[in-house]
Amino acid sequence: MLKLKYLLPLLLFAVLAVFLAIGLKLNPKEIPSPLIDKPAPAFSLPVLANPEQRLSVADMKGRVWLLNVWASWCVSCRQEHPLLLELAKRKATTIIGLNYKDEAPAAAQWLQQLGNPYDASVMDLDGRIGIDYGVYGVPETFVIDKRGIIRYKHTGPVQPGDIEQIFLPLLQRLQQEAA
Amino acid sequence: MRNIPFASFPRSAWERLLNRSAVRDAGAPGNCFPRRAWEAWLILCLALLSAPLPAVVEYHPFDDPAREKAYQTLISELRCLVCQNQTIADSNADLAKDLRQQVYDMLQQGKSEQDVVDFMTQRYGDFVMYNPALNVKTALLWLGPVAFLAIGIIAVVILARSRTKPVLPTLDKSQQSRLNDILQKGEED
Repeated sequence: MLKLKYLLPLLLFAVLAVFLAIGLKLNPKEIPSPLIDKPAPAFSLPVLANPEQRLSVADMKGRVWLLNVWASWCVSCRQEHPLLLELAKRKATTIIGLNYKDEAPAAAQWLQQLGNPYDASVMDLDGRIGIDYGVYGVPETFVIDKRGIIRYKHTGPVQPGDIEQIFLPLLQRLQQEAA
Repeated sequence: MRNIPFASFPRSAWERLLNRSAVRDAGAPGNCFPRRAWEAWLILCLALLSAPLPAVVEYHPFDDPAREKAYQTLISELRCLVCQNQTIADSNADLAKDLRQQVYDMLQQGKSEQDVVDFMTQRYGDFVMYNPALNVKTALLWLGPVAFLAIGIIAVVILARSRTKPVLPTLDKSQQSRLNDILQKGEED
């Protein structure tokens, strides 16, 4: 009993140290999205390559797809761009770009220079659709299933290991689900 | 920032403050100098006090003062997610500006404060509110401090009780009589 009394501060310190260690490893910039397992917010937006044409969430029904939020002014988008090109090459999924608060000529030039991983990009000029998707740090990537439900969200640039470890296994699993 | 730079201070006030002769030259009686200096200091202090006013750049006109009040309350309760320790009222971030516009538009459409709060939390989660609603997810956040206070009070009570336990004398008869002897006759031996 006496020993326990002297051990108590040490135990308390150990508990505190564990909590602080976890706190150090957490990323405060990463906010859990309340949109996971909810239907992807609807949009019908002009396509970047051909603004006369519009693309909507409903058009994507029955497909597993990726919605990647990007902009030509976004520096970290440049960083993740080669990874998206690589993912596009594998043809594992349909990749739709949400061109967020950008200018069409600048965006088109960006894709021409760096390559275009998107099956289509839609233009969210005033950022309203971005707000609907809870976008706060471009780039962001959403994985949406055949029923139009958001299953995963990645905030910030996709990292080199993420494609193999997170996206491809998830996409494969979602492809097997019934529409 | 509406801080008045030194250069734009009324020139004569500085002259009066810094140079008595300038005042005399201007024909003012000499004895009025301290009063004018006090005024100059007052102006300086007021100028410095005005610095921390919010630096929101755009202007949203309201017809209804109740809505304007709701707008001011909301933007000072919503967190800017780009610069997370600022409200959207404080932040100059592009997203904060968009969210202020969103709040304004919703209020102008006749939506209630609660509608705006629901709209924001559906998209950004409870984290967007500086005062998140009490629910299962935020229970620890709200009740944690109360729980710690309760633990502290219990600990103090337990410690205080263990310290004030009276030490009861346990003397047998022979010890008691010896004590009595000592008390009556003084030291033994």
